[in-house]
Amino acid sequence: MADFVITAQSQEAAGNLIVNNLIKAGVRTALLIDSAGNVLANCGHEQQHIDIDAISLAALAAASLAATSQIAKLIGEDDFSLLFHKGKSGNIHFGRVGQELILITIFGDDVSLGLIRCRVAELAESLAKIFEG
Amino acid sequence: MALIDLSKKEVHCKVVFYGPGRCGKTTNLLYIHEAMDDKDRGKMLTIDTKGDRTLFFDLLPLNLGKISGFDIRIQLYTVPGQVMYEATRSLVLKGCDGLVYVADPLKVRQERNIEGLEDLRRNLEKNNLNLSEMPIILQYNKRDLCDTPVPTLTIEELEQDLNCDLKTAYFEAVATTGVGVFETLTEITKRTVRYVAEKHLLTTID
Repeated sequence: MADFVITAQSQEAAGNLIVNNLIKAGVRTALLIDSAGNVLANCGHEQQHIDIDAISLAALAAASLAATSQIAKLIGEDDFSLLFHKGKSGNIHFGRVGQELILITIFGDDVSLGLIRCRVAELAESLAKIFEG
Repeated sequence: MALIDLSKKEVHCKVVFYGPGRCGKTTNLLYIHEAMDDKDRGKMLTIDTKGDRTLFFDLLPLNLGKISGFDIRIQLYTVPGQVMYEATRSLVLKGCDGLVYVADPLKVRQERNIEGLEDLRRNLEKNNLNLSEMPIILQYNKRDLCDTPVPTLTIEELEQDLNCDLKTAYFEAVATTGVGVFETLTEITKRTVRYVAEKHLLTTID
């Protein structure tokens, strides 16, 4: 597993991409994390005064996706590329970015899952370039 | 895998408490959580079964002050100790920068201690990590049992079983009362930060 060094430039570039593509589309919070559970970028919730425990969320999301990946192997798949949970008023979508990163998107019923999937797929490529080259 | 955030001047390291089932890994984290100031600790996260056995992992994030202008943030993890959760242990080890191996002093657990260390070596290899290259500390927990009639292992026996190859530092501990807990944490933190700094940070700053 490669080590990450976040520079001010890479963080700003990733933050701008996430804000422009997801937060401005109505997403409440978007977190970019690595597969060990570290938070690389955290966008959105500060403006909306919602307190999210990003460290716990990142650790659980990384573990959940890792467990899902093992389940995929058990049924003969390489991996599942996305994971989505629907709640009463909030939903969460996990998408892989490159080999080592995960983009977590938290959004309400006012945003469609299809839009999130499209935007995350587009973003994944750009974000992977920033952090993984 | 350490994460070095140059924009916020933060270094994040992951330290995993490993060991056989019921050796006291979670108890270590609970003691640290209770003893530390609110400002230096994050929220303790546990995923356990109804019987209070760790199912996936425990997580305790800590802030440990500054080194060379960088804020040091350590995330302490535990793994589930039972043999059947090997796959889960391997997942939690991903990206770890330092290890504490907690050993059980009960004579009946002697084999479990040795098997646990082998399991650790195997699971590290699955993550492309090598036990001999990583910072690791041994903690011989539950030393208070030595004063009871329960048959326990001596320090010499534990050293012979677990530390022959590693030749690393060990601490005697009673995690329920905190004896040896912070000594273990201080030493593994020091070694982990040094390991991460030597490996990445010095070259990054240069």
